[in-house]
Amino acid sequence: MTPEEPLIRWDWVASHLDEIAMRAGEHIQLTLIAVVVGLLIAFALSLLVLRVPRLEPAATLVTGTLYTIPSLALFALLIPYTGLTLLTAEIGLVGYTLLILMRNIVGGIRAVPEDVRESALGMGYTRSQLLWRVELPLALPVIVAGLRIATITTIGLVTVTALIGQGGAGYLILIGLQRFFSTPLIVGAALSLMLAIAADGALVLVQRALMPWERSLARAASRPGLEPPSI
Amino acid sequence: MSFLGSVAAWIADPAHWQGTNGIPIRVFEHVELSALSVVVASAVALPLGLYLGHTGRASFVAINVANVGRAIPSLAMLVFALLLSIQIGLGLGFWPTLFAMVPLAIPPILTNAFVAIRTTDRDIVEAARGMGMRELQVLRAVELPAGLPIVLAGLRTASVNVVATATLGALVAGGGLGRYIVDGLALQEYERLFAGALLVALLAVGIEVGFGALERASRHT
Repeated sequence: MTPEEPLIRWDWVASHLDEIAMRAGEHIQLTLIAVVVGLLIAFALSLLVLRVPRLEPAATLVTGTLYTIPSLALFALLIPYTGLTLLTAEIGLVGYTLLILMRNIVGGIRAVPEDVRESALGMGYTRSQLLWRVELPLALPVIVAGLRIATITTIGLVTVTALIGQGGAGYLILIGLQRFFSTPLIVGAALSLMLAIAADGALVLVQRALMPWERSLARAASRPGLEPPSI
Repeated sequence: MSFLGSVAAWIADPAHWQGTNGIPIRVFEHVELSALSVVVASAVALPLGLYLGHTGRASFVAINVANVGRAIPSLAMLVFALLLSIQIGLGLGFWPTLFAMVPLAIPPILTNAFVAIRTTDRDIVEAARGMGMRELQVLRAVELPAGLPIVLAGLRTASVNVVATATLGALVAGGGLGRYIVDGLALQEYERLFAGALLVALLAVGIEVGFGALERASRHT
């Protein structure tokens, strides 16, 4: 990185488009697996905690500790057992999503008003019907908010998995570091940021599609002289 | 000998407790760099967050800066800091790591300071003004004590993030405990790798627990 060297060489970018696309693909795949598996585990944990509140401190302690341990250290603790593999990367990445997701799922479901729950039970809903048709739809905004944070955090953390041989945008950053060549550094960092922004935007769209009433509520509320319908 | 046994032997080896690559020096480097980053970030973020919270200005920015900060990968931040550091002639190691850590520590401190002041009961603030307190007195005697646990929570998040990023500092030839992880990975010396990771994990959890205790104490006073 001598002063004459430009910060970014566009000819390198043009000649490495295939590799950049491949690294983006790896990055998306690593993120998707982590978030989907994390969501499933966090969902199961949340249901358990909601049924057996006594377990909540233990669940918070475990997921909180996982969340606190620096990513590189967590991967390093796993390497002697699971090696430089996708499994090591995913165990770490999933571990980081659990606290955020569990907090939002449990919090979202707990925030459902008690009288809504009682009227559903009064109408003859079973417990699982209550969960799937009443509690989860009402908790969805909070859950999606957690999903957005978990996804953005994971996309940032995936860059670190390049250190344990898993590719992704972090691989480009490492190439840049090793060769002292700023172009791949910047491309890798920009790629990771753009993926985070795109994923967040996509989740907002998903949220709107899943919760059309949120928007109609807002529209109704903004119309003068018209009370928003109460759910 | 089992793997964990050999890790324990590595940690117990007196040779790993001496010299510039010894555990005490590496722990000290890690803590020194992390503490310095949090202090610098606080010097910027605390006054700004408290001021914005007190006046209620720029609430959108103050609240959302933390979310933007989360989206910036720390590895990318480190790389930008490295470029900057080399451009201005400060080289590898300490400075680029510090340059990466300060911007990562600012958002949680700023957002929490802002929220801490904003969530103070506005009636109490008005009552304090009615009693003839000056703005600075209101901030110091009313808003700050009430919001202290939230301010401390921001410092805790920042500190834990900073300890994690300090680990990555070893990639740009920095010191600290990340050295053991990066070198252990490069040399395929898994005892060193695991011992380093264990120390980093303990440090991060220790900071989390310490700040948690501080937060609880600040709630009781």
